Amino acid sequence: MPELPQIVEIRRTQKETGQHQTYYFEFDKAKDAKPGQFLMVWIPGVDEKPISLSSIGKEVAITVQCKGLWSEKLCGIGKGLKVGVRGPYGNGFSTEGVKKAIIVAGGCGTAPIRPLVEKCLTEGIDTRVVVGAQTAEILLFRKELEDKLGDNLYITTDDGSAGKKGFTTDALKELIGEDKPDVVFSCGPEVMMKAIFDLCEKEKVECQLSLERYMRCGFGICGQCVMDDLMVCKDGPVFNSEQLRNSKEFGKVARLKSGREVDLKEFANWRQC
Amino acid sequence: MLETEFCGLKLKNPTVLASGILGTNAALLKRVVREGAGAVTMKSIGPREKLGHPNPTVIEWEHGLINAVGLPSPGYQNIESEFAELKNCSAPIIASIYGASVEEFETVAEAVAEYKPAIIEINISCPNTKKEGQIFGMSPEMATDVVSAVVAKTGKIPVMPKLTPQAPKIADIAVACEKAGANAICAVNTLGPGMLIDIEARKPILANKFGGVSGPAIKPIAVRCVYQIYRAVSIPILGMGGINSGKDAVEMMMAGASAVGIGTATHYRGIEAFKLIADEIKQWMKEHEVKSVKDLVGAAHD
Repeated sequence: MPELPQIVEIRRTQKETGQHQTYYFEFDKAKDAKPGQFLMVWIPGVDEKPISLSSIGKEVAITVQCKGLWSEKLCGIGKGLKVGVRGPYGNGFSTEGVKKAIIVAGGCGTAPIRPLVEKCLTEGIDTRVVVGAQTAEILLFRKELEDKLGDNLYITTDDGSAGKKGFTTDALKELIGEDKPDVVFSCGPEVMMKAIFDLCEKEKVECQLSLERYMRCGFGICGQCVMDDLMVCKDGPVFNSEQLRNSKEFGKVARLKSGREVDLKEFANWRQC
Repeated sequence: MLETEFCGLKLKNPTVLASGILGTNAALLKRVVREGAGAVTMKSIGPREKLGHPNPTVIEWEHGLINAVGLPSPGYQNIESEFAELKNCSAPIIASIYGASVEEFETVAEAVAEYKPAIIEINISCPNTKKEGQIFGMSPEMATDVVSAVVAKTGKIPVMPKLTPQAPKIADIAVACEKAGANAICAVNTLGPGMLIDIEARKPILANKFGGVSGPAIKPIAVRCVYQIYRAVSIPILGMGGINSGKDAVEMMMAGASAVGIGTATHYRGIEAFKLIADEIKQWMKEHEVKSVKDLVGAAHD
């Protein structure tokens, strides 16, 4: 089957925070997608971007921060907007053989974590979740996660406006200390995930981290999203500890649209959410 | 059996990674070599940093791909580290270059030649950029200007212009290139430009509207081009366009290609396409008692 974009209509929207909205639509090809997989979402005449699924089922969803041309168009029109979607692409998180997991989400990275939490709970995995954001106002899915996880949800904010003041990695360190999990799943800013990876290496805990690079094709041919010898769109976006252990680029550098390699900080400033 | 020579270079098999596919950095190029490619081509290098086109840039349709990536490049000024890392690569490295004028081709060629790639491919055939590319591959005069300018700057490094199937008489372009000092011909680049319109959105899908067509849809055209070029020149041809299997590769070699470029097939068959296609060529040769892949080159000609 060719991967032409399929036009779908946004059926409903959900305001998550002052900055984030979730858009629901039907897309049969993604109804059995794995958490961590993504769609290429095309707003005709504007741009096409890789966005991970924040809800999976008969109706699927993406959750987006409203900034930049593409997302402003989405936020501005919302319900009724027709977008072209192709995918799902990438590998997604693997829960195979996992009995005990810690999930760490940071900022916009909480989007793909939402269906992952659901999957873990459905599969009876002992799941503890750390969610971090700069402030309480932009914490994603707080109520929903509290209802699902109760005492197993740990919130951190940079300013202490919700949960514990500090970083997700501090909370993770404590949780690993209390009870070692089989795996730590994470999605969030790469600096955060690099810190998580280093911590997990020290503690000898396996990781699965969802990474991001600028993408074009989405299916592993153009080479734009390369990291070392891996294509983030096809080999990833979720990578395990073994794949990241000898990486020269993870947590350090990424490529701009031109393919020029820059410091991760410069890339993050350019990409934002 | 599969070992062959191209422009004096030894290839373990005739499959070559086509430019624009996967060749963003040294590490990924080396992986393609591990996956079986006999040689690999880097993404085309330009005279300055270029962002390429906005998305959508690559779309699969029923009979192939269409792309308007738009020649993104860090520019020759920012490419040194990749060449340094490629020094110990076990297969030959082809560096592809582009420009929007003869002077720009000269500048990039001179800079890239410093890094001593095995071959320099001159991209005079990109169908999805305004100034760079295809225009130089459309007339024998313009092709001559670019090729002779590049040859003057690259010393002993073999030079291989990549031609467009859009040229009214592709064999004439190839002859002009050979006369201008080209050491090989690469044929063909993507066909077109073509266009896809999404009828629900009532809009062209590619942000650039037009893009180069590749994959199975263009194979008969690519085979014809290589066949005509083979009759017209005596330098070797790197044949490509829609090669997806060992049999496709054999067909292209019979048309006159000494080696075959693989691009879109990495989508259909994965990055392991090189090994798969090489194995299939070998299988076909065994079944037909062909001892060397060299014996296939031009076999379809009288």
